[in-house]
Amino acid sequence: MGVGIEVINLNAWYGSNHTLQDINLNIPANHATALIGPSGCGKSTFVRCINRMHETNPIARVTGTIRIGELDIYENAKPVEIRRRVGMVFQRPNPFPTMSIYDNVAAGLKLNGYSNHRALDEIVEKSLKNSALWDEVKDDLKKKSGASLSGGQQQRLCIARALAVDPEVLLMDEPASALDPVSTSKIEDLIFQLKSQYTIVIVTHNMQQAARVAEKTGFFLNGRMVEFDATHKIFTNPSDKRTEDYITGRFG
Amino acid sequence: MNVETYRTRSIMRALTDRAVTALAILATALVVAPLVAIFIYLVYRGASSLNLAFFTQVPKPVGEPGGGMANAILGSGILLALASSIGVPIGIGGGIYLAEFGRGTKLANAVRFTADVLNGVPSIVMGVAIYALIVNPQKHYSAFSGGVALGIMMIPTVCRTTEEMLLMVPHAVREAALGLGVPNWRSVLSITVKTASPGIITGCMLAFARVAGETAPLIFTALGNQFWSTSLNDPIAALPLQIYVYAISPYDDWHRLAWAGALVLIILIVLAVSLVRFVTSRGVLKGAS
Repeated sequence: MGVGIEVINLNAWYGSNHTLQDINLNIPANHATALIGPSGCGKSTFVRCINRMHETNPIARVTGTIRIGELDIYENAKPVEIRRRVGMVFQRPNPFPTMSIYDNVAAGLKLNGYSNHRALDEIVEKSLKNSALWDEVKDDLKKKSGASLSGGQQQRLCIARALAVDPEVLLMDEPASALDPVSTSKIEDLIFQLKSQYTIVIVTHNMQQAARVAEKTGFFLNGRMVEFDATHKIFTNPSDKRTEDYITGRFG
Repeated sequence: MNVETYRTRSIMRALTDRAVTALAILATALVVAPLVAIFIYLVYRGASSLNLAFFTQVPKPVGEPGGGMANAILGSGILLALASSIGVPIGIGGGIYLAEFGRGTKLANAVRFTADVLNGVPSIVMGVAIYALIVNPQKHYSAFSGGVALGIMMIPTVCRTTEEMLLMVPHAVREAALGLGVPNWRSVLSITVKTASPGIITGCMLAFARVAGETAPLIFTALGNQFWSTSLNDPIAALPLQIYVYAISPYDDWHRLAWAGALVLIILIVLAVSLVRFVTSRGVLKGAS
């Protein structure tokens, strides 16, 4: 089951570059929330703060509070534990090139020392079914490399890999931007199904995509969150002039 | 652009294409030619002296015909096993440090610089250094000191290729592992190193093949031995040493044995490298890059 995310006064830096400034918002549980905004506005940095990937860069710094459910992730938690609860799908499909399809999905569990083979088989099957890839790969699970799949299949494999560790939140950083329209629509269908079980945060440059999959949408600009509201409100009747300019294509 | 200039340019492009392809083929031939020439010449000079005795007998005393290099083949095997067990783990460990944990630190820069300098140290200097550090205090030549000399010579090559290969692993692959909640050390060992392993293995094989033919570092350390010996504490025979001794001797049959020894040395290196490649390439999946 997904949990809500509460963000209070979040600030983030890369070196001296203040990339996120005073972000406050509540991301609802078991819904999809889209983040839109021009390149470099801080959307990706923001999602990387939610699973503490931001700090893997040595010059990065964060202040403020993020609560996932009851857990204050910057107060009393280890990054590796957070990342198991908060799965992430990246912009470019990044399966482990030397691993089979099966091992890719099982990687998160295996690398954390999980070795119950029968349970692993079930988890791999369930994750691949949840990511709508099972029927396409079930005959080659251990024979083919994850890298041998098409781009769209690879991205669904990466989603399966994230789901296999049983997270509560799924972060997607432009998950369809490197894919063709057919693969994109598959990913969108998937987001629709997955949000009944997970809290989904999706960064996208594609405003139609945000409108299609998300209940809530946040608009980021220059490191600040300009507006956060119900998706239909953002796209039909935004309260901020800058949001309106952006979604009508006047800049960005 | 009219049809005429289009045609001329098209012909020009085709000619350039041919010329560049021809140059590439020529360059390839020039790369392969020395190895083929050496090999053919070794077969011509050495093959006639190859027989069962060469692989089963130790050298005969001066004047007695026959004899072989069995002890030198075994000795080279022992020395290289010892050298690899020193050079490969230290080299790979150093490379992992340089690429993954020490990136940008002063220590890493110092280690990288040292490795590059070590790589340029003449092999005879390595022999003399090990003589001073191990042979002299122990008061005797030994297989152990020879293995150490060769092992240290392997370190810089293995270390720097490991580093280069790890740096080529895409950042996205590392992030994928970290994003799954895998601890950094585990991600480095199980994902990054594994992804880079074909290149790392190539680096190890290059280092192995290079020291397999080294003579100079062994002159002051392993010394050579006319008899069977497997003890790490005694002088031990090695193919390059034996070839050296036989080649500078005044006897014709020893010269022939030296040629045969050189031929066997090259064949054994090729076999060892192919074997490692074969073993490590099994289990590679369809479509893995």
